[in-house]
Amino acid sequence: MASTTHHEQHETARKPLILGNKTYKDISDDLCQPIETFPTKQWFGLFFSAKALFVFYLIHIAIIVGTGMGLLGVNHPIGWGTMIITFVFWVGIGHAGTLISAVLFLFRQKWRTGVARSAEAMTVFAVMTAGIFPLIHTGRPWLDFWLLPYPNQRGPLWVNFRSPLLWDVFAVSTYATVSMVFWYVGMVPDLATVRDRAKTKLRRLIYGALSLGWRGSVREWSHWEMLTLILSGLATPLVLSVHTIVSFDFAVSMLPGWHTTIFPPYFVAGAIFSGFGMVVTLLTLVRIGFPQMKDYITIDHMEVMNKIIMATGLLVGYAYCSEFFIAWYSQNPYEVYTFVNRATGPYAWSYWIMFSCNVFIPQLFWSKKVRRSIPWMFAISIFVNIGMWFERFVITVTSLHRDFLPSSWGMYAWSWFDTAILFGSFGMFLTIFLLYLRVIPAVAIAEVKTVLPVGRKKQGGGH
Amino acid sequence: MASGKKTGGVAGIWLDDHELMVAAEKVRHAGYKHFDAIAPFPVHGLEEACGVKRSSIPYVTFVAGCTGLAAGLALTWWTSAIDWALNVGGKPFVSGPAFVPIMFELTILFAALASVGAMFVFARLPKIDPPIIDPDLTSHKFAIFIPENEVNYDAGRAEQLLKSLGAVETKRISEY
Repeated sequence: MASTTHHEQHETARKPLILGNKTYKDISDDLCQPIETFPTKQWFGLFFSAKALFVFYLIHIAIIVGTGMGLLGVNHPIGWGTMIITFVFWVGIGHAGTLISAVLFLFRQKWRTGVARSAEAMTVFAVMTAGIFPLIHTGRPWLDFWLLPYPNQRGPLWVNFRSPLLWDVFAVSTYATVSMVFWYVGMVPDLATVRDRAKTKLRRLIYGALSLGWRGSVREWSHWEMLTLILSGLATPLVLSVHTIVSFDFAVSMLPGWHTTIFPPYFVAGAIFSGFGMVVTLLTLVRIGFPQMKDYITIDHMEVMNKIIMATGLLVGYAYCSEFFIAWYSQNPYEVYTFVNRATGPYAWSYWIMFSCNVFIPQLFWSKKVRRSIPWMFAISIFVNIGMWFERFVITVTSLHRDFLPSSWGMYAWSWFDTAILFGSFGMFLTIFLLYLRVIPAVAIAEVKTVLPVGRKKQGGGH
Repeated sequence: MASGKKTGGVAGIWLDDHELMVAAEKVRHAGYKHFDAIAPFPVHGLEEACGVKRSSIPYVTFVAGCTGLAAGLALTWWTSAIDWALNVGGKPFVSGPAFVPIMFELTILFAALASVGAMFVFARLPKIDPPIIDPDLTSHKFAIFIPENEVNYDAGRAEQLLKSLGAVETKRISEY
């Protein structure tokens, strides 16, 4: 096997993807430990805090649904507020998981195996969190089934397929479905591992049902690998389409500051940027909570993700500048005014928070020391997420608050309920994520074993 | 390869994926056609070693994708231009470009869900509580299983073969 020696040279030239000279059994033991032991006090502390925030969120959602959308700061002329801003924010975060699991799979980036499972979980939970906002923002959420094209007795009156808002219904629901299925299919072999290690009957029953009777036969693996490849191929254009279509919600309208062709790539870059920010935030916490994960989610992996944050941060910065340039170059007075107003008007503070968090602060990652320091990357990733929320705030609110006619200008009437749903949504997301860490292996056990170099070298073989 | 019915046979256990692959190749060359190899993770080259054909899921994906595309076009066209044509802002009833996102999303949705369905059918999943040879086969051990429905099957000879190929342990299995 001539390719074997080549392959091995290649592998030794790089740093190992898993540290600590693990055997296959060590990997199973390490990665199943969090779901086979009683949770620690720290986990309970985090869980009950998140849960309290989640309950707080539910109460405020109930009040908003019961009373009406007027409780939020939305008014005339700012008809889109915190609900839409936070929806775009969470959907954007939901992009990194599929990017890691699908796009990096197609590019044969083996480091993804250590972080893919949690990133995908984050995607699924972020899209769930996001999906609630537009449903409530309709004002009468009990009629949300009207968004679907179903035969009805009102004509039948069909939905308007020419509206970007309806494209969004299709894009987000397809994305939620496909990413959930992708995530689940990927974890079936790992659930079988947990089933076969189960010490109690109940545990065996639950994981037995979830793992669908998986036995790891060669035929099962053959079809499973093909399916992984195909779903990656399908999810790659899908993930690009989702934020493209979210950007169409803005770009297809005729408002200065929204009606630009740069929106789709600009939104996709921003989504990946914020998604990786959230992955870094969560994985630094996972590494602290479960120290054995440090061998799988290594500093090298974190560094690669920080490089992606820096690259996409530069793309986003380029988009901010390009928007300004095009506004000036177009010599359209409304367009020029909108951008000057963003940077110097009453909402200039939000514009500069966005610019600082997304463009200036990630520049710290040019330093290798910062890229490899857990406290630094944790802090920067939080700033990235703050910045990306403000980006959506700037886009939504500043364009709406001063459009063509000065007589219809106004300000967003931020209320207590805006604050409540913004922070409360983190309670929902973190509650689900913390539960996930205790019931599903947070690192893909089977996939990680394929990048373990020691087993093959010892035997002098390869593949 | 294991069929739907449960059969008995002989299983050998290995501790290394590379040894498993070499052994699988030799078992195939020894004339066995229905044997199975079990591993805790996808071992590259094991399909070839076992003589398993390339998965035919891609054909299902392609057909389902085309169906999704056609369904997207049919849905948007029929509802917007035929069943209840509404003039929305003076736009044409068949607004081609506006229908593209719907057609695209349905292509992906149909293709993805059909591919998952195809995997379940082809891999004969889900199975309800299937017998397993060794619980460590989903963690750190590897196995080759030779079923008793092979032509000229002889349990002793099969066991001998697996041992000679480096199996650390062999087992008579009553049903797999």
